[in-house]
Amino acid sequence: MPSFVIKDKCDGCKALDKTACQHICPNDLMVLDKNTMKAFNQDPSMCWECYSCVKICPTQAIEVRGYADFVPMGASVTAMRSSEDILWTVQFRNKEIKPKRFKFPIRRGVAEGQAKAFDHYPTGDDDLKSPTLMSEPAGLNTERGKVKFDKVPTLGK
Amino acid sequence: MADFEVKTVETDLLICGGGMAACGAAVEASYWAKKKGLKVALVDKAAMDRSGAVAMGLSAINQYVDLNSGNNTLQDYMDYVRNDLMGITREDVVANIARHVDSTVHLFEKWGLPIWKDQDGNYVHEGRWQLMINGESYKVIVAEAAKNALAAANAQIFERVFITHPIVKDGKCMGAVGFNVRENKVYVFKAKATLVAMGGAVHVFKPRSTGEGFGRSWYPPFNSGASAFFTIYGGAEMTCQEVRFIPVRFKDAYGPVGAWFLLFKSVATNARNENYMQTNAAELEKWVPYGKVKPVPANLRNWLMMLDVMDGKSPIYMQTADAIKKIADQAPDEKAAKKKLKELEAEAWEDFLDMTISQAILWAATNVEPEVKASEIMACDPYFIGSHSGASGAWVSGPEDLQNSDTKGEYFWGYPNMTTVQGMFAAGDASGASSHKFSSGSHAEGRIAAKAAISYIVDHNEAPKVDQAQVDALKAAVLKPIETFEKFKDATTDPEVNPNYIRAKQYMYRLQKIMDEYAGGVSSQFKTSDRLLEKGLELLAFLKEDAENLAAGNLHELMRAWESVHRTFQAEAHMRSILFREETRWPGYYFRADKPSMDNKNWLAFCNCVYNKDTNEWKMMKKPVKYLSKL
Ligand SMILES: Cc1cc2nc3c(=O)[nH]c(=O)nc-3n(C[C@H](O)[C@H](O)[C@H](O)COP(=O)(O)OP(=O)(O)OC[C@H]3O[C@@H](n4cnc5c(N)ncnc54)[C@H](O)[C@@H]3O)c2cc1C
Ligand code: SF4
Ligand code: SF4
Repeated sequence: MPSFVIKDKCDGCKALDKTACQHICPNDLMVLDKNTMKAFNQDPSMCWECYSCVKICPTQAIEVRGYADFVPMGASVTAMRSSEDILWTVQFRNKEIKPKRFKFPIRRGVAEGQAKAFDHYPTGDDDLKSPTLMSEPAGLNTERGKVKFDKVPTLGK
Repeated sequence: MADFEVKTVETDLLICGGGMAACGAAVEASYWAKKKGLKVALVDKAAMDRSGAVAMGLSAINQYVDLNSGNNTLQDYMDYVRNDLMGITREDVVANIARHVDSTVHLFEKWGLPIWKDQDGNYVHEGRWQLMINGESYKVIVAEAAKNALAAANAQIFERVFITHPIVKDGKCMGAVGFNVRENKVYVFKAKATLVAMGGAVHVFKPRSTGEGFGRSWYPPFNSGASAFFTIYGGAEMTCQEVRFIPVRFKDAYGPVGAWFLLFKSVATNARNENYMQTNAAELEKWVPYGKVKPVPANLRNWLMMLDVMDGKSPIYMQTADAIKKIADQAPDEKAAKKKLKELEAEAWEDFLDMTISQAILWAATNVEPEVKASEIMACDPYFIGSHSGASGAWVSGPEDLQNSDTKGEYFWGYPNMTTVQGMFAAGDASGASSHKFSSGSHAEGRIAAKAAISYIVDHNEAPKVDQAQVDALKAAVLKPIETFEKFKDATTDPEVNPNYIRAKQYMYRLQKIMDEYAGGVSSQFKTSDRLLEKGLELLAFLKEDAENLAAGNLHELMRAWESVHRTFQAEAHMRSILFREETRWPGYYFRADKPSMDNKNWLAFCNCVYNKDTNEWKMMKKPVKYLSKL
């Protein structure tokens, strides 16, 4: 079962206003069993192994085991995501191969929740019929580029 | 049957979907709606933070035209896309996206997306048009900006609401109908303009893995043809419905190959260590002029590989170890080589961990260390993803300023990205004949479409006159699978097997079997013919009739039922379009055995179609391909 929930670790997100894994799964697979207050994947064969549920679970109760119909047993890939980076651990089937650990940044320079859509570049005109989108033409340029646009380019110009 | 409450939402602009194109639309629409005092609502079947094809993240931004550097022009990008699609492309739409995509990418960076930079502070390119990113949170960041923008415009967001049908009257779109997948609520959205951005379609064809790994298609199982259905059923003219996409990926888990081919300059070979791009090069002559362009079109690269597979020369391998060794060997000394090797290893794994984690699991489970051992690659199954290297979608108006006297009469009708249905706009996978927009271009196109839709609303600022009888009929239709299940479930001892209805999953399997065997799926090696298609359409007609008897035990299954109804329309448009185009043009996507060659004289044209829901009839049309510039 692609994503699976470790029984002892799942607390049903009691402390939160919504069940995190159920909220996030893009395919509506994670559900909370109201009797046991534990979550489960209701249709493993529709799971994309996208790890959205794994990354969001506050108690690290969800892991993924490779699809049983084509993945040999014994390996694992686990993820720990913080607000700035993600830490991966890859364990091989052959335990003689040293597990690999990788840490990658997930965002840069903007704190979680603070992505502001409109504030970065001025918008050139107020004309709904012009091809100028919000933040253009200024936003078409970078400091480093040689060509500076003072209007949205059109063909041959 | 359980009671369902009807919620009516009135808005000016309705955005259907919450993916890359919808997030672009949300940002742009909010900006203009705020100025003009208009209302916006966005509806996603999932949670915007992780919905759509970018849910897992991505490791590259595949469209960055970099006009600002002076290295590329709009014309360069148009040439690239036109050639890759074997001449069938709407240059006006492609150029429109290309001229805006850089500003979208610059905004992504301002919103916090980590784009790789070299020592001089320049973006690191994967290939000419692609930028490398640390993209685990790509979608989270893009959704965050979209949600903040919507909040600034006092817009409404509906998550976990599944859109089933458009509301169209007299050729004009007035909104949409859907239901909440968590609560017994049917939604009626009344809008002055509606923007369709609900992605492409998978599981129309049978995937290679049919056990637990059924969901491991390359394209995410949560995009199920909603855009195609919405536009087709709404009566919009559709284009390129024959142009499916079949990516070549690492075998079974479908990990990306882009970084290997472009960044690491890796070579793929057959089992005898022959590079099929060289040994089968003569075949490219048959597909000139496109066979001779650089880079070789994606479908032709597929085709040269498939020729070897059909010749029994598989497995096909990506020679990862050779590629890594070649790069490390360029280091000045052994210490530097070792360091480089470590770097490359991390980059190789990150490529999977950012966007196809299953492939990392499969590598670990089969003890693959890419620097030591080659890995198998293979063609996946057919998908509908007009934003990538496929082209299926709605036929939309281009912008006025990117037309010449020749194209204007065919390609322009008032508002950029408006379909042929008044007030219905499309972007991303939902709009056709404008491939190679990918994540960034889809976002940019969402912005283009949203600004145009706001402009349309300002010009046509009248309340939608929604016909109550039509809404009541739609509500009844949407809930019918629940009613059918309730009515008959106790007639047998096993609710799975019951002669009165068909469950959503079995319906999907039936569709997939038809498509796989008659429309050139995996098991028929992507080959089909007129006779096969005709037979397939005959069987599809029975399936469509049986859709009336779909049964759903709960809201989740109700969503599954509607997903597959949506897929059915994508399937039918696809078969009819392959049949209509009497040639083989994209041999690596599908091959028509009865018409095995390209016929540029007669078929350098778009195959468009329109569906009439009142008569259940399809009209097929040839539309001219007109370039903005001379070749
Ligand atoms: C495996 C894979 C790898 C890729 N790699 C790259 C890459 O490296 N770089 C790159 O630039 N691009 C890449 N792409 C392409 C990119 O992901 C797409 O081009 C882009 O996401 C298209 O945007 P969209 O808005 O049309 O669709 P999506 O982003 O998929 O969004 C579709 C939205 O519609 C919603 N939806 C669907 N049905 C309904 C319904 N019935 N009701 C309500 N909402 C609905 C979904 O929940 C989702 O929010 C990749 C795609 C895939 C599949
Ligand atoms: S891995 Fe993704 S698709 Fe599978 S259950 Fe978790 S969130 Fe859903
Ligand atoms: S997110 Fe984790 S703790 Fe919360 S319900 Fe899901 S598995 Fe349990």
